[in-house]
Amino acid sequence: MSATTPRAPGVPEVSRATGTPRTPHGWPLWEVFVRSRRGLSHQHVGSLHAPDGAMALRNARDVYTRRGEGVSLWVVPSSQVLATTPDEQDPFFDPAMDKAYRHPTFYEVPEGVEHL
Amino acid sequence: MSTPAAAAGPAPGGTSTTEPLVAYLLGLGDDALVLAQRLGEWITRAPQIEEDVALANIALDLLGQARVLLTRAGELEGAGRDEDALAFGRDERDFRNVCLVEIPNGDFAVTTARQLVFSAYQCELWSALRDSADPVLSGLAGKAVKEAAYHRDHATHWVLRLGDGTDEGHRRMQAGLDRVWPYVDELFAADDVAAHLAGVAVDPPSLRAPWSAYVEDVVARATLTVPSPTWHARGGRRGLHTEHLGHLLPEMQHLHRAHPGARW
Amino acid sequence: MHDDALSETRSESRSAPTAEAELERRFEAMIADEVRIEPRDWMPEGYRRTLVRQIAQHAHSEIIGMQPEGNWITRAPSLRRKAILIAKVQDEAGHGLYLYSAAETLGIDREDLLDLLHTGRQKYSSIFNYPTLTWADMGAIGWLVDGAAIMNQVPLCRCSYGPYGRAMVRICKEESFHQRQGFEILHTLSHGTPAQKAMAQDAVNRFWWPSLMMFGPPDAASTHSAQSAAWGIKRFGNDELRQRFVDMTVPQAQALGLTLPDPDLRWDERSGHWRFGAVDWDELDRVIRGDGPCNAQRVERRRTAHEDGAWVRDSAEAYAAKHADTTRATAAA
Repeated sequence: MSATTPRAPGVPEVSRATGTPRTPHGWPLWEVFVRSRRGLSHQHVGSLHAPDGAMALRNARDVYTRRGEGVSLWVVPSSQVLATTPDEQDPFFDPAMDKAYRHPTFYEVPEGVEHL
Repeated sequence: MSTPAAAAGPAPGGTSTTEPLVAYLLGLGDDALVLAQRLGEWITRAPQIEEDVALANIALDLLGQARVLLTRAGELEGAGRDEDALAFGRDERDFRNVCLVEIPNGDFAVTTARQLVFSAYQCELWSALRDSADPVLSGLAGKAVKEAAYHRDHATHWVLRLGDGTDEGHRRMQAGLDRVWPYVDELFAADDVAAHLAGVAVDPPSLRAPWSAYVEDVVARATLTVPSPTWHARGGRRGLHTEHLGHLLPEMQHLHRAHPGARW
Repeated sequence: MHDDALSETRSESRSAPTAEAELERRFEAMIADEVRIEPRDWMPEGYRRTLVRQIAQHAHSEIIGMQPEGNWITRAPSLRRKAILIAKVQDEAGHGLYLYSAAETLGIDREDLLDLLHTGRQKYSSIFNYPTLTWADMGAIGWLVDGAAIMNQVPLCRCSYGPYGRAMVRICKEESFHQRQGFEILHTLSHGTPAQKAMAQDAVNRFWWPSLMMFGPPDAASTHSAQSAAWGIKRFGNDELRQRFVDMTVPQAQALGLTLPDPDLRWDERSGHWRFGAVDWDELDRVIRGDGPCNAQRVERRRTAHEDGAWVRDSAEAYAAKHADTTRATAAA
């Protein structure tokens, strides 16, 4: 939140990604998740600004479900979302790549054996 | 809502209730139309872009209600007037809306106060009209009651945020309430037209108690005071309006009227 | 759960040029493989700046673009048209919000972008500096301006930057009704009374050339095109898209029974394209520089709305601070 990079010409001050987009003024940013219909999980659709959670839900309804796109909404303060960084990408995800035995296609099934 | 006795359908040859029903539908339709027109003026001027979207949504809901009501009024009237003939072809004295909806937008607090008053009224109105003997009214009410509930919720949240936010917000929100409160009585005034339509229409005074309970709670929670106006608007349902409607209608109607008989 | 919510990490360290070169090499490889760049990925400063400029300009265009059409909401000639127009202008507000949302993943605050717009330091599409003088302009804007915008936008759905591409997918899906309703307005007018038809022709006369200018200057004179193409931000040249637009539009004008105001417009059998006359690029330059009929008015309206709304936003913020416990959660199902 504190450290900022120098201002490039024509580009406003930019926050560093500490998981908290810098909002020096104006309403905070909220991430919006929509459940498009029952049986499906909520999906991230974008973000918006609102002074608080109640208004964020209402704004999300008007901005992201004008065409009946949703049956349920979540809003989350963007500052509350924690994410992996690209730097961590390799240690986080690469170790899972070589464990082919976790996938059913790894195993040979003898000819004629069904329901397996 | 009083006893649903007399059904006023479009009976052949017309019944004694047809004329009052047309007038009743025009009253409700004009309320929705004129307020939609006012809210339309906000678009591109809202305090935040999200609010442009929200105000447009409310305007669209009200416009949708107006179209159903005016269309039904035109059918029952039987003079071949459709929604557009009624919306664009009538003069000021023939509009039957309450004065509340025609007052200028003012600042966001005035608009919010007007929306709270009107949406809370519409919530009670549509809720009661779900039992109307007129199938179009009851059908519309089932849908419109949800719309009004959302509008009321939206206005409520704003009244709270303006009233109980900054000092300036508080001052402006109180001024907004003071501005619109003289127009409240008219919403609940006994109406000759409705009196002829037992079972079809709602007796306006019957809506006042639940309206007051809701609105007064919101005003109190917003740390604001319910105004005690020294004068009260009246006459809208009889075509006696504020001077403002005489400016709103020409803007709305001029293009349509400049091309008689044209299709758009 | 995606992490595009979060602002981008600017290049982590400036102290290690070799590390930077390696990051740049990886970035270029991702672009070459058509792998989407996501918010927290390392990206060259130029790429980031280009995106911020383009997405912001695009968002501003949506927001400023509400005004010429908003100008007719209170005067629409039928209730059906009034409803359609409100819904359309509302969509434009929504599209502006999707785009600001995409820009914010690059670590920029919407408030800052609006400030750049309000102070004239960032641009929006010049087309919106033309006035809407008659109802038929609603038709011309839908048919020509939205038509040109869609032509420009569809390739952006495949833009290398993930959030921008996703916003564009959403926008293009919603925008398909905009062009159609514009065509319908003009079709109704051109098959209406003589006065209506004249109104339609006049609108097309005024909006035709500015619509062609929407694709930007000729490729030879375009400053950003080559680098944007290399970065997978821009997929087609200005001239190619302009030609496609003309080829698409000429037969539609014929169906409308309206003429396009270009004496040099002719079918070229050999190339299979409609050839059109010279675009007045001086006019585009002039309007971009601020000397269009509505530049000052458009920005002024935007700035006034923002300034007049400041007390509302402040009050809401103060309320949120006071009621942090009660407003935080109204849980969703």
